[in-house]
Amino acid sequence: MEQLIQFSYYGAALLFILGLKRMSSPKTARGGIVWAGIGMVVATVATFFLPDMHNYVLMLIAIVVGSMVAWISGKRVAMTDMPQMVALYNGMGGGSAGAIGAVALFSAAAATGVATGTCELGSHDCLNTTSATLAVAGALIGTVSFSGSLVAFAKLQGWMDKQFIFPGQHIVNLLLFVALLALGGYAVYELNTTAIVAFFVLALLVGVLMTLPIGGADMPVVISLYNALTGLAVGFEGFVLQNEAMIIAGTVVGAAGTMLTQLMAKAMNRSLGNVLFGNFGATAAAGTAVEGSMKEIEAPDAAVMMAYAESVVIVPGYGLAVAQAQHKIWELTQKLKERGVKVRFAIHPVAGRMPGHMNVLLAEAGVPYDLIEDLEDINPAFKNTDVALVIGANDVVNPVAKTDPSSPIYGMPILDVEEAKNVIVIKRGRGTGFAGIENALFFADNTKMLFGDGSEAANWLVQEIKHL
Amino acid sequence: MIDGFLALYIFTLAAITGYEIIGRVPVILHTPLMSGSNFIHGIVLVGAMVALGHADSTLERVIGFIGVFLGAGNAVGGYVVTERMLEMFKSSGDDRKGA
Repeated sequence: MEQLIQFSYYGAALLFILGLKRMSSPKTARGGIVWAGIGMVVATVATFFLPDMHNYVLMLIAIVVGSMVAWISGKRVAMTDMPQMVALYNGMGGGSAGAIGAVALFSAAAATGVATGTCELGSHDCLNTTSATLAVAGALIGTVSFSGSLVAFAKLQGWMDKQFIFPGQHIVNLLLFVALLALGGYAVYELNTTAIVAFFVLALLVGVLMTLPIGGADMPVVISLYNALTGLAVGFEGFVLQNEAMIIAGTVVGAAGTMLTQLMAKAMNRSLGNVLFGNFGATAAAGTAVEGSMKEIEAPDAAVMMAYAESVVIVPGYGLAVAQAQHKIWELTQKLKERGVKVRFAIHPVAGRMPGHMNVLLAEAGVPYDLIEDLEDINPAFKNTDVALVIGANDVVNPVAKTDPSSPIYGMPILDVEEAKNVIVIKRGRGTGFAGIENALFFADNTKMLFGDGSEAANWLVQEIKHL
Repeated sequence: MIDGFLALYIFTLAAITGYEIIGRVPVILHTPLMSGSNFIHGIVLVGAMVALGHADSTLERVIGFIGVFLGAGNAVGGYVVTERMLEMFKSSGDDRKGA
């Protein structure tokens, strides 16, 4: 039996890695998640047959309730709300890792009260110094990830003010973090119940305080970071429990998540330190004011412009998703293609709220991938583009990122929309974008503004083109 | 028993594997992949089951119960949202080449 369980864990770890590998290519991605899912089921079922376990009823209730809550919420959530759902589920995983650490520490505290060198690894009544250290480290990371992810969820869900800043915040956070490390060290040294409780309370607090000052624009990077941290925490707790599947899966996710975090931060031209300690929104109002005025265009003129163009590039942003305009835009695209216009989509790496989020939203509307271009591929093509249609995007097409060193987004790679012969911007109002920065593109000579709700405006264009 | 250098080997090789897999991934898949890796650390459920399975005091049982609840949520929720996202990618046409 023992052999069979171990083999199941081995199979699960293998399926996770192969599944993740398949998920990294669009063709095999769907199969990848299924493989990983099979691995998860195998590992979970095998765990029920481990020797010397009890509390099976509690276990089943917790699994059923947890699964049902997650299943229903996961099925219901709109594609636009995906980032916060990932944050939520990730937070749950972090909390679970924290709970594993807590049980290990409390039971060792009750039994021996101190980390003992003679304790056998994987025992459930004692911890040696290595396993106690990893239990504390995993619990710290997991718990911070738990409360931090919940704050990220609440922020993206709009339940919480975007920012929470007070003077000396970083100093306070730093001191609390040092105190947390000290408490954790003390808990390893002397497995004292009071110290362990204080340690967990402080870890929860640090997670909240760390995430509160971070603005909405940086949230994807933070979620990705917490995802990596949860993986690491799972790996550490896996060592404590001597569970190979947890060690391997957790560490793979820890590393993959770190890589993904770096890729995202790079796409936004932000260092990780800057994201965590930079207070993006606080400086967002800065930057030079933009001269000039916006020029309006009406839907019929815009429709003519696009219908008789040779090439059109559509630049969708998060506003498109908010307005649920993906389907209308795809209809518009089909109408234009029928007329022989070459239509492509240009996607900024951070369009939407996570890298790739916009691709998901367009895929939902049925836009095929081969019409969608990345930043590097499309930027040289803007010069030869007749009309660039910007819909719901703002900061990612703002040329001040290239021209104004005082701007908070200076240096961020942008889509060179302003190089197109004509630019039409569909926008709800005259306000600034997610980061609160004035957009020079809107005032450019070749830019015309089409004011209106994204979905409505797209509909106007479709109707007008039908009548041409 | 995984101890000392054996643990170090496993951690290192698993970390390299993770880096290698993500390193060559197109931006188009970043969101589903983040969600997918989020699902994979749902394996924490197994650990939480073990922790609850060996819990003796009421305190340990309560924490273990919460752990299993959260772990199950991570695994199931992660799977559902990842699958939903990837399914849409498929429906956009099988014969088309990936971006």
